[in-house]
Amino acid sequence: MEEITVQFMLNGKAVRVETPPAFTLLRLLRERLGLTGTKPGCERGECGACTVLLDGEPVNSCLILAPQVEGREVLTIEGLADGDKLNPIQEAFIEKSAVQCGYCIPGMIMSATALLDTNPEPSRDEIKTAISGNLCRCTGYTKIIRAIEVAAERIRKR
Amino acid sequence: MKFNYRRAGSLKEALEILSEGDESLKILAGGTDLLVMIQDKLISPGVLLDINGLEELKGIEESNGRIRLGALVSHGQIAADKLLREKALPLVESCGEVGSPQIRNRGTIGGNLVMASPSGDSIPALYVLGAEVSLKSRDGERVIPIEDFFTGVKKCVIRPDELLISITFPALGPDDRGFFKKLGQRKALAISKVSTAAVLTLRAGVVVSIRIALGAVGTTVLRAPRTEAFLTGKSLAPEVITEAARLCAEESRAITDIRSTGAYRDEMAGLLLARGLEKLA
Repeated sequence: MEEITVQFMLNGKAVRVETPPAFTLLRLLRERLGLTGTKPGCERGECGACTVLLDGEPVNSCLILAPQVEGREVLTIEGLADGDKLNPIQEAFIEKSAVQCGYCIPGMIMSATALLDTNPEPSRDEIKTAISGNLCRCTGYTKIIRAIEVAAERIRKR
Repeated sequence: MKFNYRRAGSLKEALEILSEGDESLKILAGGTDLLVMIQDKLISPGVLLDINGLEELKGIEESNGRIRLGALVSHGQIAADKLLREKALPLVESCGEVGSPQIRNRGTIGGNLVMASPSGDSIPALYVLGAEVSLKSRDGERVIPIEDFFTGVKKCVIRPDELLISITFPALGPDDRGFFKKLGQRKALAISKVSTAAVLTLRAGVVVSIRIALGAVGTTVLRAPRTEAFLTGKSLAPEVITEAARLCAEESRAITDIRSTGAYRDEMAGLLLARGLEKLA
């Protein structure tokens, strides 16, 4: 199959990249663009490890074809920190020990980012709904939820 | 996965392409089912036709008391829509329970219909809202009542040269109430074991009319006509609701499959109806 050129905004920068037409966005990010923070898990939209933001909305990058992001804006876990400075959600996850094996965490943080961007004062139930598409097999949800609450408080105070 | 990718630039172009009769072509909308089917090697299309750019298939509008949903409207858009919350609550509640936030942001209402799964959560809601589905081909358009749209498990009347364009239904009025209740293994990312949707007109506490639809109990979504007849003309007193739940469980006659047994589904179909009605009593 002939490769297709795709142009889109990735973590705030314009990129232009060749892709096989049947590549998922997940594979494009990891295999062509070297951004391995986005994790492959179930690759069928059920675990959320591959969550990225597409035009600000959380999506499973395993269920989007690379050519579909033409002209769109993609934000991955690599786009959150400002240089070496982590953003408040990332800091809160570390501080609250919300990370066990860590594999689900990039997806969790992307879902949390989408939530706090649109709802800076979420209830516990709203946080649970926001991360309901992200599975943590270490069963560390309590600390993840706490970290998102702490991050929300800090973002509001800034 | 190996296939070619083609983007439809206009509705006219999409319908031309579909009229060519290429059997290896599949239509790509949200992709939340299609790409999983390809991963699982259930299908191996030669080309995917991406219709996401088609403006005619977008938008939520109300005119002359009818609501129109473009086929590409996502479950997330429906779940968050203020107009629909006021005038199509069962649909809002059903779309809010589909998959996960990520799936709701991608999966489309048109895709949910065309996949024709008996457990598609938007379907019972569209049954009780009395929806119609518009299908368009190069040669013309036809409008199918939702109850005539499905012919079996994952089967519906759409032809390979047709595209599902929109779904329309009457907006609920001030005396109308409705709900959608679902039971799955867990709250998120769980296919329904059973779901119950209803729309009723209540005047002075009396049920003037009611439509009830049950999801995931049979090869297609089913209405519960005996329960509907029983409730019509009655007030929602506790004993009436109990009897309605019993009747509903009796007429559900659900299938047994990997997700649940028929007996459990029957009981739960009635219970979900009772829970919904209790809130309206």
